[in-house]
Amino acid sequence: MSTTATVGRPAGPVVDSIRRVRRWPISVRLGIMASIAVGVALTYQFALVTGAWDYAMSLRFRQLVALATVGAGTGVATVMFQTVTHNRILTPGVMGFDALFRLVQTMFVWFFGSAILVDLDVRVRFLVNAGVMTIFGLLLYRWILRRTTRDLFVLVLIGIVLGTLFGSLTLFASRLLSPDDYLTVQDLVFTSFNTIDPQLLTITAIVTVLAIGAAVPLFRQLDVVTLGRDNAITLGLDYRRVVDRTLIIVTVLVATSTALVGPMTLIGLIVANLARQLLPTFRHSVLATGSALIGVIVTIGGQFLAARIFDFTTTLTVCVNFVGGVYFIWLLMREAKL
Amino acid sequence: MIRTEHLTKSYGPTRVLDDVSISLLEGKLTAIVGANGAGKSTLLSIISRLLDADAGTAHVDELDLATAKSEEVARRLAVLRQDTHMTSRLSVRELVSFGRFPHSGGRLTAEDDRIIAQSLDFFELGDLGDRHLDQLSGGQRQRAFVALALAQDTPYVLLDEPLNNLDMRHSVRMMRHLRGLVEQLNKSVVIVIHDLNFAAAHADHIVALKDGRIIEEGRPVDVMTAPILEKIYELPIDIHVIDGIPYAIYFR
Repeated sequence: MSTTATVGRPAGPVVDSIRRVRRWPISVRLGIMASIAVGVALTYQFALVTGAWDYAMSLRFRQLVALATVGAGTGVATVMFQTVTHNRILTPGVMGFDALFRLVQTMFVWFFGSAILVDLDVRVRFLVNAGVMTIFGLLLYRWILRRTTRDLFVLVLIGIVLGTLFGSLTLFASRLLSPDDYLTVQDLVFTSFNTIDPQLLTITAIVTVLAIGAAVPLFRQLDVVTLGRDNAITLGLDYRRVVDRTLIIVTVLVATSTALVGPMTLIGLIVANLARQLLPTFRHSVLATGSALIGVIVTIGGQFLAARIFDFTTTLTVCVNFVGGVYFIWLLMREAKL
Repeated sequence: MIRTEHLTKSYGPTRVLDDVSISLLEGKLTAIVGANGAGKSTLLSIISRLLDADAGTAHVDELDLATAKSEEVARRLAVLRQDTHMTSRLSVRELVSFGRFPHSGGRLTAEDDRIIAQSLDFFELGDLGDRHLDQLSGGQRQRAFVALALAQDTPYVLLDEPLNNLDMRHSVRMMRHLRGLVEQLNKSVVIVIHDLNFAAAHADHIVALKDGRIIEEGRPVDVMTAPILEKIYELPIDIHVIDGIPYAIYFR
């Protein structure tokens, strides 16, 4: 009975290679991930330059910083979110965060009109955006988690229902908009790494670094959260405080990166689960680092493929959602079996 | 001393704890007994801070459990829960290491390592240290979780059904070990237990709960009498005294 978990796994080339990787020490694995991340970044920056070198360099560098910020921030946030929700399938994106982003943008335009939006300083707009998202997200997740639903499928269901609800509200609100305003909204909610405002990028990068910095002292406490609520409390963890702080950091990270580039629903899911698979440990210092590195690799690598190889015939979001969707179904089926 | 005053807890219309005031003696092994649903685990959960009481207070020494700092309580009071299910893949040694968290905050010292090794050895888990929890039998897992609670090295230890899944040999070893903690290290141990005879053979004090109230408490020889046990369990139970210890016979 106790061995079913190891016996029942499907074998295949991917699983085999993951098993082989598991024999390497964790520091080696992190080292390899870091070198791949650097390699991908250098490739992105310098490969296949056509046209003006200087212009390409500065544009690409900005995109690179944006991709790395979003990848690392999402990676760290998702690992932490999964630990406090006690399962590996949930991500802020799956729990309706992206739909919330679209709703907030639409409501913003609906209430204030696109004219004000154009006049408004981009920095102010960004901060309002990120602020509103953080507050809403926080209220939402605290409320859901306070209900302490331990049933995975109920939580996934809540996420889907919320996503649909926000989606319908967005649709309803956008029907009420003038065609001009509607176009503005479309522009706002479209995920894009191509044109990045340098000022916003700086703010996002600083906020992300600060939020990850604030997360570091929580890592050891999150290790204890792995044992479940009851064990964590009897081991003297101030469970509620740790969960609340984690959710604040997670929402700030996801809200700022979404406000910068738009929704990237499934990227966190892929990144965090790859990290957990490649780094079988409960230590969040390792998991978060690995997840951040894989996040950087996936976003930069994905954008490189989308922009340079497929020459913009497809987008990063489409690639990520296609791969992520298949992976999500696979995870759901595997978890359901256990 | 662990002390509760007028603890009351209801789930909807059902009152599972009804005005429970109890003092659990220092340096003694106390066994809490009672039928299913008598409120034993609820009482333990409240003392473990896992559940908030509707009314009443609980103290460990001078610490009020409702307001005291969580980590301070964890250095005085270790708890074994009934549910030892675990979703994450941990090895036995990693699990037991968490027992040192209240003391070291996750950075293990040499002293921590010594206590962890000792705890693993005692429960014959030394060879299984690197095994994952999902590769253990029920009894091995139970011992790993007791080892976790005892690695916390606290003056008070609460164990909810420590003999779950254990064979006779490990049950006796476990009870003797708890007895040793009381006698040699002067710890206070409280167990919830279904096997009355283990309670009679090893406990100093028995507390009987029924329908959320304490209906009897005292030394095993005082509580383990046919009329009292029949009142607690609503089952005729014979008592046979062997070597001065009352044993309950109720199998047919």
